Amino acid sequence: MTTTAALSAGERTARKDDPGTAPRRRRPGRLRRVGLPYLLLLPALLLELLVHLVPMVIGIVVSFKELTQFHIRDWGAAPWAGFDNYSLAVDFDAPVGEALLSSFLTTCLFTVLSVGLCWLLGVAAAVFMQETFRGRGILRTLFLVPYALPVYAAVITWSFMFQRDNGLVNHVLHDQLGLTGSPPFWLIGENSFIALLVVSVWKGWPFAFLIIMAGLQNIPKDIYEAAALDGAGVWQQVRRITLPALRPVNQVLVLVLFLWTFNDFNTPFVLFGKAAPEAADLISIHIYQSSFQTWNFGAGSAMSVLLLLFLLVVTGVYLWFTSRGRKATDA
Amino acid sequence: MRRIRAAAVGAVTLSFALTLAACGGGSSGTEGSNEQPRTLTYWASSQGANLEVDKKVLQPELDKFEERTGIEVKLEVVPWGDLLNRILTATTSGQGPDVLNIGNSWSASLQAGGALLPWDAKNFEAIGGRDHFVESALGSTGVQGQDPAAVPLYSMAYALYYNKKMFADAGIEKPPATWKELAETGKKLAKDGKWGLGAEGSNLSNNIHQVFVLAKQHGADFFTADGEADFTSDGAVAAVKQYVDLMAKDKVIAPGNAEYAQNQSLSDFAKDKTAMVLWQTASATFKSQGMDEDEWGVAPAPVQSGEPGPGKATNSMVAGINMAVFKNSKNIDGAKKFVKFMTSDEEQVILNKAYGSIPPVKAAQQDPAFDAPALAVLRDTLANSATALPQVPEESQFETVVGTAVKELFVDAAAGRAVTTESVRAGLEKAQQQMPKK
Repeated sequence: MTTTAALSAGERTARKDDPGTAPRRRRPGRLRRVGLPYLLLLPALLLELLVHLVPMVIGIVVSFKELTQFHIRDWGAAPWAGFDNYSLAVDFDAPVGEALLSSFLTTCLFTVLSVGLCWLLGVAAAVFMQETFRGRGILRTLFLVPYALPVYAAVITWSFMFQRDNGLVNHVLHDQLGLTGSPPFWLIGENSFIALLVVSVWKGWPFAFLIIMAGLQNIPKDIYEAAALDGAGVWQQVRRITLPALRPVNQVLVLVLFLWTFNDFNTPFVLFGKAAPEAADLISIHIYQSSFQTWNFGAGSAMSVLLLLFLLVVTGVYLWFTSRGRKATDA
Repeated sequence: MRRIRAAAVGAVTLSFALTLAACGGGSSGTEGSNEQPRTLTYWASSQGANLEVDKKVLQPELDKFEERTGIEVKLEVVPWGDLLNRILTATTSGQGPDVLNIGNSWSASLQAGGALLPWDAKNFEAIGGRDHFVESALGSTGVQGQDPAAVPLYSMAYALYYNKKMFADAGIEKPPATWKELAETGKKLAKDGKWGLGAEGSNLSNNIHQVFVLAKQHGADFFTADGEADFTSDGAVAAVKQYVDLMAKDKVIAPGNAEYAQNQSLSDFAKDKTAMVLWQTASATFKSQGMDEDEWGVAPAPVQSGEPGPGKATNSMVAGINMAVFKNSKNIDGAKKFVKFMTSDEEQVILNKAYGSIPPVKAAQQDPAFDAPALAVLRDTLANSATALPQVPEESQFETVVGTAVKELFVDAAAGRAVTTESVRAGLEKAQQQMPKK
């Protein structure tokens, strides 16, 4: 504040001394002040346009075209389909729409379970790791390993472990513990949902752990001490201090986890290959199949646009809801 | 601050969500020219045990071609899992190779895309004429009545491979010739953790190859004469049921095979866990799995009764690899020269010998190298009892939806659920509904 005041005072004196040149001297300074951020942002903006926005717009355009194998060579000339691709995708009585709806519901269930479990494990581990004890550093590093591994290498290893006849999972569950009557399938049929969930949580929870651990560092120790003096137990401390203090961190964390999990393509693709079992037919794989396996890129793009709209709505509602809640607390 | 964050989150959402939506590309390229007459790019499919083997087989031949013509061929061996997507991308962007290999069953689908050079009379003349090739192999090069989208390069056929040691241990003297015999033989072999027949239940293409042949044997086709999907005819239902029943009813296929999609059945065969596989040109793979040539035998794939032959006695699809030229190549004459070279009698003998396949070229097929018993079975099958997969533009969709239906039925069978005529028909009905409306 003081600098600005001093500056404007200086400007005022300058104008008094030489009224003719003052506006000319002021303008470039102001232009620089106003224009510099935009200039610095320009490369990023151009790249963003090139890498994200242009393909997005093309994707939206394609969703209004009848882009099948007959037109891929010159897709600009593909006939316009109007809203045909959309009505095909949302006609839930017809096979295509029905499959999309079931894939959507599967994805919703999967996302809720995966994000919930990731968060729960992350919070639990982070809270326990607040205490200093021998080996804490090693455990912290160990917990972060799944997050550090390349997705493909990690998931392909899981797919070997989930094999029915030679996999480690059945070796432990069936051969050693004898929990199942016959060795179950994990990569096909109903169980594939569980397999996918396990891999997703295994892969996702270290991120939650990392973020929450960082959030916990910001809670002053004396609040806990004061609470302990007032007779609050551990559970009460977690409920009354830790969780409310983590609120802003959680807000972003849950949103990011939700978006990542809902859109996850790599995990199911590497785990199940091109034809995902119905029980684990996540929406991103479903759209990929609709586009590349049946060569109907128009319908695939229409589904992508619908997915985008859904995610935008969810994100918007979520932000409105959470920020309203915070405003109330602030007041 | 909050607005900035909301905007940031919004941008993140947009970018995540629409990365999926973004599958566009450039416009189509121009028609072919001879702007770059000294070089060619060639995408080869992987025919050997791995990509290195392919490079070792192909590079000396490409060097020979360069010596003779002065055209340098840049080779890229593309794994099967990527090849079709790579071709689609190249088609959309117009940035592709000059010459490429395609699975012959994709011919009609890719022909519809219009990116491949049609082999009309003039183009055929440039590579030695249509008569240079075996007629049955030309049946898998595109929609009938149109100029082929590709020319045959390697021919393959299905046969029954059997593990001699396991047969001897079970006291079986000769390989089964009919499905009934196969089920009986399989039952004798399927005990003590060993199984009669291997299958790749989660490999959609393989499922299609098997049920296509069985449908032929039941007098059915998956497409009508005018190209309409017809998946639920009695013959088609019976064919699919017969295949899945090998696991569900006869119990000669191990339930675990339902999740196989990466040639695990061949490893089981090499490890003496499975006694028989129905496979196309498996010799190279067996070798890479450490099997000696005298450890396995080969017989014609089974039929319902009698001897293999045309029509209902079909016992294989016409499997194989075709060679195509991208229409917008900048070295179109060089590309044709290269195709002529690769399909010449001399190269055909060298290449097909290396890959264990059969030359689709008349003169080369007569070479004594292809008289060995293992290859003679494949050659006779191709000559007498193999039929081309449906040559319709929707072939690739057909493989996906019907292949998935068979996979789901295998899942039922593996889980011990009943596989009935009704459940098979329902699965095929669902598959048919997923086909694009015409």
